[in-house]
Amino acid sequence: MNRINWPIWTGFVLSLVAVFSYPLVFVRWPITREFPWANLILFAIALVLLFFGLRRAFIPDKTIVSKVFSTLAAVFGVFLLAGLLFLIYVMGSWLPKSAGAPQVGQLAPAFTLTDSNDKPVTLAQLLSEPVNNKPAKGVLLIFYRGYW
Amino acid sequence: MRSFEKSLNEFNDAGIRIVGISVDSPEDTRKHMLQEAGYNFTFLSDPNLEVIRRYDLIHAHEIASGKDIARPAEFLLDSTGTIRWRMVTENFFKIAQPEQVLEAARSLR
Repeated sequence: MNRINWPIWTGFVLSLVAVFSYPLVFVRWPITREFPWANLILFAIALVLLFFGLRRAFIPDKTIVSKVFSTLAAVFGVFLLAGLLFLIYVMGSWLPKSAGAPQVGQLAPAFTLTDSNDKPVTLAQLLSEPVNNKPAKGVLLIFYRGYW
Repeated sequence: MRSFEKSLNEFNDAGIRIVGISVDSPEDTRKHMLQEAGYNFTFLSDPNLEVIRRYDLIHAHEIASGKDIARPAEFLLDSTGTIRWRMVTENFFKIAQPEQVLEAARSLR
């Protein structure tokens, strides 16, 4: 009887969950984004399942098809783990050095830009206009990539 | 950015105005950041990267968009315009947290 090799299938599905849960879920919270421990735990479980699935596929009475598919599933699982680590630690650091960005203690370079009501706004205005009906104590400039 | 929106009341109480700057047009900002995402910041458009260049924050040929855009960076200015805290991250997945900025904001006059 050729029973289904559930460890390999569960391990394969779990490794997909482990990789896609990062951009879809865990990227939202700094504690799971900066170090992807939640995904690494999922991957650890997935790799254990893939390992036992592979062992089961390579017992003598299994077919060659089962051996090939199990091997592909296991390789793909490891590939997904490598992909996630590549995304976070290699692609994540593909940022310019920005050595010329203004430093702490320096005066922020003045500017005039258009706001979302198509009105020109100066940095001086942003610094002087009240916040919450009280004199502004400061301004936080957030440079961001734009909407996704 | 989302975490800053959630902490907006605390920033208001601290007297800190949050200003987002990107290459997006005012129209795109209205549609995507204000209407769809529900942000309540001040948003400024720098489509020609004039200010982004002046702050040395251009991310040229960014891989996901294929365009020149701003790299993530945050600057806390006091009321004189002096930079009192900044984060120019080296990893896209490590970005400024509201708590860090509020902590720095407590020392502002």
